[in-house]
Amino acid sequence: MFESIAFYVFSILTIVSFVVVVTTKNALYALSSLAAGMILISGFFFLLNADFLGVVQIVVYTGAVMALYAFGMMFFDTTTDLTEKHGNPKAVFALSGMIALLLVVMLLAPIASSHVSALYPMVEGVGNSEAVGMVLFTKYLIPFEVAAVMLLVAMIGGIILAGKKMDESLTLSEQGEGQ
Amino acid sequence: MITLNHYLVLSGLLFSIGLVGVLRRKNLLMLFFATEIMLNAVNIGFAAISNHYGDLSGQMFAFFIIAIAASEVAVGLGLLILMYKRKSSVDLDALTTMKG
Repeated sequence: MFESIAFYVFSILTIVSFVVVVTTKNALYALSSLAAGMILISGFFFLLNADFLGVVQIVVYTGAVMALYAFGMMFFDTTTDLTEKHGNPKAVFALSGMIALLLVVMLLAPIASSHVSALYPMVEGVGNSEAVGMVLFTKYLIPFEVAAVMLLVAMIGGIILAGKKMDESLTLSEQGEGQ
Repeated sequence: MITLNHYLVLSGLLFSIGLVGVLRRKNLLMLFFATEIMLNAVNIGFAAISNHYGDLSGQMFAFFIIAIAASEVAVGLGLLILMYKRKSSVDLDALTTMKG
C-alpha cells in the first residue's frame, strides 16, 4: 500500500517536472525542474532497494551535474526567452513514428526472455552498499578502473575546452561587438 | 501492488519525454537536458530489473551510466562554451553553414 502511494506520487511529480523541462522557454526553469526530477528519481531507487544507487543519484546528479550546468549557464545569456524555429514537421513525424515502433519492440522484448536467471545474485544478510561493493570490486573491477580513467580524461578535456581565454567576458564582448 | 511492469512503463514514459525533447528543441543546452532525462529513464529500468531478478548487474550498469553522464556533461559543456565564444549563440541553427 505504502509502496503504491509512493510510486504514484513520485511518478506523477517526475513526469510533470520532466515535461516542464522539455516544454519551457526559460533555461533557468528547465534547470530547476530537471534538478527536482533528478531528486525525485532517487526516490524510485530507494523504493527498489537500491539504496546506494539512490544516494549516488542525489550526490552525482544534483550535486555535481546540476552544479556544472549552473556554472556553465553563467557563460550564456539565460535571462532572455529561448527563440526556437521549428521547420519540416513531416520529418519530425516520420522520425517519431519510427522511434515509437522501435520503443514498442524494445518494451516487448522481455516477453521472449522469460528464462533469465540472476548472474550475480544478491547476497543475503548484507546491506545494499556492501553487496554493491562486493560485486563492483570483484566482477566489475576493470570497467570501474576504465570509468575512473574516463572521468579523468573528461575532466582534462573540459578544462582545456572551456579554459581558453577565460579572462575575457563573453557577454560583454558580445555586447561590444553588437552581434 | 507495484510490479516490474509499472516501473518499465514509467521508464518508457520518461524516455519518451526525453526523446520528444531531443526532437523538438533547437537549443543545445536543452538538448543536453533531454539527454539527461533519457539516461535517467534507462537507470530506472535497470534498477527495476535488478530488483526483480535479485541481480546486482542492473545496478552496476546504472552506476556506469551515471559515470558516463557525468563525463559527458563535462566535455559537452566545454564544447558548448567554445561554441558560444565562436557563434555567440547555443542554437543548433547557428551551426548551419551550408545552403539547403
